[in-house]
Amino acid sequence: MKKKFFYFLPFFVFMLIAFFLWRGLRLDPAQLPSTLIDKVAPSFVLPSLLDEQKKIRSSIFYGKISIVHVWSSECKVCENEYDVLLQLAQLPKVQLIGLDYEDDPISAKRYLLEKGNPYHQVLRGDQKNVGLNWGIYGTPETFVIDQRGVIRGKWLGSLNEEKTREQLKACLRSLKDA
Amino acid sequence: MMGALVLPELGHFSLILAFIFSIYQMGVGGVAARCGLSAHKQLAYLLLTSVYGQVFFLILSYLALTYAFLTHDFSVSYVAAHAHTRLPWPYRLSAVWSAHEGSLLLWVTLLGGWSAAFLCYARTRIPLAIQGSIVMVLGVLSVGFISFLLFTSNPFLRLLPEPPLEGQGLNPLLQDPGLAIHPPMLYMGYVGFALAFAVAVAALLRGKFDGVWVQWLKPWVMLAWSFLTLGITLGSWWAYRVLGWGGWWFWDPVENAALLPWLAATALFHSLIMVEKRHAFKIWVLLLAILTFCLSLLGTFLVRSGVLISVHAFASDPLRGAYLLKFLMTVVCLALLLFAWRSPLLVTRQVFHFLSKETFLLINNIILFVLMISVLFATLYPLFLDVLGMGKISVGPPYFNAVFIPLFLLLVIAMCIGPCCHWQKTRPGQLIKQLRWPICLAVMVTVVIKLGLPPLPWLKIIALFLSLTLAFTTVFISTQRRRLGMMLAHMGVAVCALGIILSTSLQTQRELSMRPGDSIAVGGHQFEFMNVHAVEGENYEGVAADFRVYHGLQTLGLLSPEKRHYFSSQNGISQAAISSNLFRDLYIVLGEPLEKNNWAVRIYNKPYVRFIWLGGLLMMLGGLISLSSKK
Repeated sequence: MKKKFFYFLPFFVFMLIAFFLWRGLRLDPAQLPSTLIDKVAPSFVLPSLLDEQKKIRSSIFYGKISIVHVWSSECKVCENEYDVLLQLAQLPKVQLIGLDYEDDPISAKRYLLEKGNPYHQVLRGDQKNVGLNWGIYGTPETFVIDQRGVIRGKWLGSLNEEKTREQLKACLRSLKDA
Repeated sequence: MMGALVLPELGHFSLILAFIFSIYQMGVGGVAARCGLSAHKQLAYLLLTSVYGQVFFLILSYLALTYAFLTHDFSVSYVAAHAHTRLPWPYRLSAVWSAHEGSLLLWVTLLGGWSAAFLCYARTRIPLAIQGSIVMVLGVLSVGFISFLLFTSNPFLRLLPEPPLEGQGLNPLLQDPGLAIHPPMLYMGYVGFALAFAVAVAALLRGKFDGVWVQWLKPWVMLAWSFLTLGITLGSWWAYRVLGWGGWWFWDPVENAALLPWLAATALFHSLIMVEKRHAFKIWVLLLAILTFCLSLLGTFLVRSGVLISVHAFASDPLRGAYLLKFLMTVVCLALLLFAWRSPLLVTRQVFHFLSKETFLLINNIILFVLMISVLFATLYPLFLDVLGMGKISVGPPYFNAVFIPLFLLLVIAMCIGPCCHWQKTRPGQLIKQLRWPICLAVMVTVVIKLGLPPLPWLKIIALFLSLTLAFTTVFISTQRRRLGMMLAHMGVAVCALGIILSTSLQTQRELSMRPGDSIAVGGHQFEFMNVHAVEGENYEGVAADFRVYHGLQTLGLLSPEKRHYFSSQNGISQAAISSNLFRDLYIVLGEPLEKNNWAVRIYNKPYVRFIWLGGLLMMLGGLISLSSKK
């Protein structure tokens, strides 16, 4: 009996590996969890992109569900996200905040003027510590922040991805229900 | 014009015909296998038609796709996605296998080619019934892969009636001669192991495996192994030149995917000798033959399904991955169940003395197997954790180096002693007699090197000593026994190891900002930054920086690293300039432009780095020679 098992060993080992490969297919290796999830969003005082005099503080998150979208005028992917952004901006009880990440403010302003501005507020993110505080990999990136200023979700890459959009909407729904 | 429009359809149609032929091949093979010894000539003829017919249509289909690339037929969506009118013609040929669909077509065409070549060889040598079993197994593989191609990744899908006017272009990183021939070589290796698999499964089905079978099997394993060795060497050389930081091996999942079958195949052909000469290890050999091909399939799956993240950013698609995994599971499960069921029939017992060739072949196999398993698990470990929801991690070079290097050194020791031993029993005195001069010589050279070089860590000195011992022992043995193939291959391992040790310990590098007129010394060479000028190629433009290189007072010439911007791509890429001879490489990368005409520049001096690939080539050559001298 013992001997028989020995001959079946390669088969069992392979089955085990195959199980993991099978489950692995459903996972997305590009989805990186942020260490910031379920933590309070980093506090900041940043100038508004469109009105230099106006300073926006992290208290802006209180009382509303916020979507923070990290973008830049040099980012090709962001250009195609426009339709999705407009949809998100029209959701009730949700504010869409743009974070113009490491960008030239002049070309960013021109970009918004030409294409239209989907955001309720746009933050200037050309200071050094913005990327570090928020753990930004690159544009585009999207955060969802709840009414108490806690980060509840983060997605890398384009919002045109079906999967990202689904997850984002599910996250928003769960916040509204609560 | 109309003719050209129809050609891709013809290619598509040929592929469907090839699919039908592969089903036919499976059937005829099965019948031939059942008929046993009474099978007659007509059946042999049918077997031949099925295999040759399949390969004929596969080649036709492959040529049709190649033609579409050569003539910029953007009505074929695969061509539109991977070609560009300004792509030079050699890269139009290699663009065929630059992405999933085309490389899979190459894969099945090669499988057809290997099957046909094998049948050609088998006709006069192997009994028809056994031919039938082998051809049937190959047919099953063919059916699986061609249907994968046809149903999930058809390269002949069209963009009609309005084809795009311009293609999206080939990834600039792939526009390199090293990479142009790397995938076909790698695939030749991967696919070649299908024959080993087919022979092993046929042996299990028939419940027989002996020295004659090994003689049929061995040349094919050696040939496939040689191709795989060349493929891996070319891949490493490509990474070194193109990725722009002078590394030659990154322990990336995709690289590991090529290394795994290589390790298994190396173990396989060493243990084949055991079956041939001593009738031992039969079951082990069959298991290795199955595993080698399974690992090739697993490699394809890992590369194509995107379950692991890798620097080789191939497009990934879970649907394809699911199909490939189902196929992989069916094939491997059946083979391993068959193994569990039939292999007890083949148990043999052999007695041998501890100090014998058998022992060292066994040690060789154990070490190679452990290496293979540890690389496999480290490659899959991030996936395991992710599936179990235990977080995302990546296993990096420190782990691999920590596991691989000590095991590899043990292997080198076995390689020094093993070839000096006789079958069954060797007297220790004899062994010492053979090994003493090479060891003395190695000690002397190590001491000389140690004195002449900056201080090295102990592990490196030991590694250096062992590699030198291996080199000297191999030369010494070759004077006594004429085994040129083995000698070259073992020499290749020694040369490669020396290259790795010396290049990593002696490398000097500088990363700095320079402006034209500046001059800097790196590793005994003086680099003078002359000027920056624009360059233009067929499908890119960019800037080149000219560096004049001096060694002492002697001028070695001009090196011009470039920053290229390909028309079809948004990202610029750096083209390193390399001046090389056998003993050192000077490697300059031009980085980003900085303020005031300054440029970020990286300069490396890498002594003996060529030895790494030279070793790979020697191994391949050894494999090919042992193939021809076996008769």
